[in-house]
Amino acid sequence: MAEPMKIRAQAEGDSANVKVLMNHPMETGQRKDAKTGQVVPAHFIQTVTAQVNGKTVLDAQWSQAVSKNPFLGFKVKGAKAGDKVVVSWADNKGDKNHAEAVVA
Amino acid sequence: MKKILLAVFGASLLFGALNASATPEQDRKEVLEYYKNKFPNLKFDDYVNGALALSQDALDQYKAIMEFPPYDSEVDKAKKMWETPFKNGKKYADCGNVGKNMAGHFPYFDEKLGKVVTYEMAINSCRKANGEDEFAYDDMKTMGLLTAYSRSLSDGMKMSVKVEGAKALAAYEKGKVQFYQRRGQLNFSCASCHIHQVGTTLRTELLSPALGHAVHWPEFRGGDSVTTLQARYVQCNKNIRVVPFKPGSAEYNNLEYFHSYMSNGLPMQTPVFRK
Amino acid sequence: MNTKRRTFLKGAGAAGTVAVAVAAGLLKPTEVLAAEWNKAAFDAKGMPDALKVLNASGAADSKDITIKAPDIAENGAVVPVEVTSKIAGTSSIALMVEKNANPLTANFDLANGADGYVSTRIKMGQTSNVRVLVKAGGKTFTAVKEVKVTIGGCGG
Repeated sequence: MAEPMKIRAQAEGDSANVKVLMNHPMETGQRKDAKTGQVVPAHFIQTVTAQVNGKTVLDAQWSQAVSKNPFLGFKVKGAKAGDKVVVSWADNKGDKNHAEAVVA
Repeated sequence: MKKILLAVFGASLLFGALNASATPEQDRKEVLEYYKNKFPNLKFDDYVNGALALSQDALDQYKAIMEFPPYDSEVDKAKKMWETPFKNGKKYADCGNVGKNMAGHFPYFDEKLGKVVTYEMAINSCRKANGEDEFAYDDMKTMGLLTAYSRSLSDGMKMSVKVEGAKALAAYEKGKVQFYQRRGQLNFSCASCHIHQVGTTLRTELLSPALGHAVHWPEFRGGDSVTTLQARYVQCNKNIRVVPFKPGSAEYNNLEYFHSYMSNGLPMQTPVFRK
Repeated sequence: MNTKRRTFLKGAGAAGTVAVAVAAGLLKPTEVLAAEWNKAAFDAKGMPDALKVLNASGAADSKDITIKAPDIAENGAVVPVEVTSKIAGTSSIALMVEKNANPLTANFDLANGADGYVSTRIKMGQTSNVRVLVKAGGKTFTAVKEVKVTIGGCGG
C-alpha cells in the first residue's frame, strides 16, 4: 500500500502555489541490492495529474530519473483560497495514489 | 623528508589549542576568533548551515530541498514514536528532561554518575525508568528516528552546554584531546579538516567548520537516511581510516561534550537535509 | 481550449476530452486516467533520438526560459530543478538530462491557468546539460543549463 502523499497549496496574489511530496522509491531498474546482488526491478511513477476544482491543470509523465520521494511544484493562475486541489499518480506496476488539499 | 615536513606543518597549525590550561570558554572564543578571521563575511548564526554556509550554490539547493524535504514522512513516523505512550501509559515528555527546549542542555556532566550524559542517554534512562528496553545507540531506526523528532522540539533554543567542576572539566579535556589528536592511517585529527583546512575542498568536498556541527542532529543524509551525530563520527573516522569507537562510548560522549560546547549560543535546528 | 495547443507526448484532444468529462460530472476527479505513458519517448537513447521522438529537433533557443538548477549538484540523486517559461501560451515543459541513458526525464502538460512553471528534483549520474523544451503556440523552444555532478570523498 502506497504511503500518503502530501499537498501544500498556498494562495499568492492571483495564483496558487502548489507543492506536492509523494512517497515512492522511484527505482531505476539499474540498482543492485547490496545484500542479494540482484537487480532491483524498475518501480517508478509514470503519470501524475493535478486538478483544481475538477479541471486538469497539470498532466505529467515521468521517467525513473525523477528522485526518490518525488517533489512537484506548480502554480495556477486564478486559483484562490478554498479551491480544491487533487493530485493523483500511477506507477509502472499499476499502483495508484491520490490526495486532496484546499488552497489556504 | 616528507614526514618531517608534515610534522612541521602539523605543529604550526596547533595554535595552542592543546593548551590544557585554557578554560572551555577561552577555547570557544579562540575558535570563534579563528573562524571570524577566516570567514569575515559569515555571521555567527550562519554556522548552523555547516559547509553550506560557504557555498551559495549548495545553500540554494538545501533551501529548495528543505521546502518539502524527501524525509517528511519519516519525521511523521518519528513523531508518532515520540507520542506513543509506554506500556505503563506514561510518555517520554513525562520524564521531564527530554523534549521541548531540552536538547541544547546536552551533553552535560552528571556528578553522581561521574560521566557525560548525552541526550540519547537521557532517552534511554527515560525508557528504562518506564520499564522499556533501551535503544542501541547505533540503531538509526529507533534512536536515530526518535531523536530526529524529539530533538526538533528544541529548535531555536540556543546551545547551552555547561562545564562546571573539576570532573566535568576533565571529561571536556578528554573530548578536546579526541578532537585534536591525529590518528589512523591518514594521520588526521578532527581539527585537521574542520579547523585548519575548513573551507578548502578535499576530494571535491567542501570541509565544514566544527563550529555549528553539533546543533543540527540527527540529519537526513542523501534524502531519507537518518544519521545521528555519533553515527556521523563513525563515518568520519572511517573516512580518515581510523578504527571508530562505538556510538554511546565514553570516547564519543566526551568528544560530543567538547564539540557541542564549541557551538554554545547557536540555535538548534533539527532535522536537516545533508547530501 | 486552444485548438492550436500542442504538447510533446500527445495531441491536445485527449486532455480536452478529459477536462470536459470532469467538468460535466461524468468522471470523479480521482477516476481521471492520465494519458498513456509515452514509452517510445522515455525509452529513446541519446539526445538525437529523444529529440526526434518528441519532434523537437528544430527547437529555437529562448531567453524567456529560466532554469534554476545548481552549478554543482550537492547530491546527484536529488538535484532540484525549477523551470520558468515566460513564453506566452506555454502548454508544456519537458526536462531532459542529456547524458542520462534515457534523456527524457519528465514532461509536464499545463492547462487551465497553470503557469509556465514547474519545480521538481531529478537524478543525474554524471555532469551533464539539463535541457528544457517548451511548447507554446505550436512552436518549440529550448534552453540549457550545465549541472556538474561530483562523487565526493566523504559525503559532506
